[in-house]
Amino acid sequence: MDLTISIIVGFMILGALYAIHARDLLSSVIACGLVGYSLVICFLLLKAPDLAIVQIVVDTITLIIMVAVVLDSSREESYFKLDSQGYISAITAVFLGLMLLYFYSVSIQSLDVLGKSSLRMAKHYIEGATQKTGSANLVTGVVFDFRGYDTMGEAVVLVTAVLGVLTILRIKGKK
Amino acid sequence: MKGMTIIVKKTTQLIAGMIFMYGIYVIVHGHLTPGGGFAGGVVIAGSFILVTLSNGGDFMKLLKEESGTTIVESLATILVIVIAVSGFLFGTKIFFNNFLPKGIVGHLVSAGVLPLYNIFVGTEVAASIFIIFLSLIIFKEESKG
Repeated sequence: MDLTISIIVGFMILGALYAIHARDLLSSVIACGLVGYSLVICFLLLKAPDLAIVQIVVDTITLIIMVAVVLDSSREESYFKLDSQGYISAITAVFLGLMLLYFYSVSIQSLDVLGKSSLRMAKHYIEGATQKTGSANLVTGVVFDFRGYDTMGEAVVLVTAVLGVLTILRIKGKK
Repeated sequence: MKGMTIIVKKTTQLIAGMIFMYGIYVIVHGHLTPGGGFAGGVVIAGSFILVTLSNGGDFMKLLKEESGTTIVESLATILVIVIAVSGFLFGTKIFFNNFLPKGIVGHLVSAGVLPLYNIFVGTEVAASIFIIFLSLIIFKEESKG
């Protein structure tokens, strides 16, 4: 199974690279969809059907919205020439990326292999969760009962994001 | 934004209702089968997006009154918090307390307040996703005219 997941992840990396370098913005969007749908297969292989359902639905909707936007505006990517300000920004971005990579490699050294988790709280969540929450689906029991605060924060984040989208996209101000 | 041909419109009339009902099914059975509020809410938003895309932007007569979905979304979030606070009022004094009777595991009406959370989160997600899509259409039309 590790080999299968490695092949799919390699496929996803290829799709992401193609999405950056494609000339046509429409094929770039399709390559983004490739990344999302490969992630669905990864979730199914790792035995997470809840996440797979959410990922496949959200990815389809996002793809539809992005295709509609690309077809409505332009399919050509606009290029800019780098000036001195641009070079400073690029050097800063590369520096930040290297720093992030270093701290990431330091922080994952104490973690387990993907899919073989032995988190401390997980045992207590799984043991007798059906009797404690009364829910046959364990994920819903954890998300809405044990981790209720997280779910409420998630909902509030979504509301805030929509308010931000409405603020940015409005062209004419209200009088 | 214009609509599409009559073939697409008729197919949408056949399919959109079924997609909507499937979203409701996923939300209501969220505590029994995989799925839940988030996935079902996005499916419901998808049915609305399908209708809007095939019939054109002015089909729903929403061009000037886009505040409806925002109100639904805010109300759903407030209701989640109200249910969470009502855990204080009934039984033990714990935030997010599951105060309703649990019922039998595997039945449709069971698991206390979890189905209610699922329904409200589904409403909120459907409203948010749909309003993001609508705002893309509405502000484009406004900038033209």
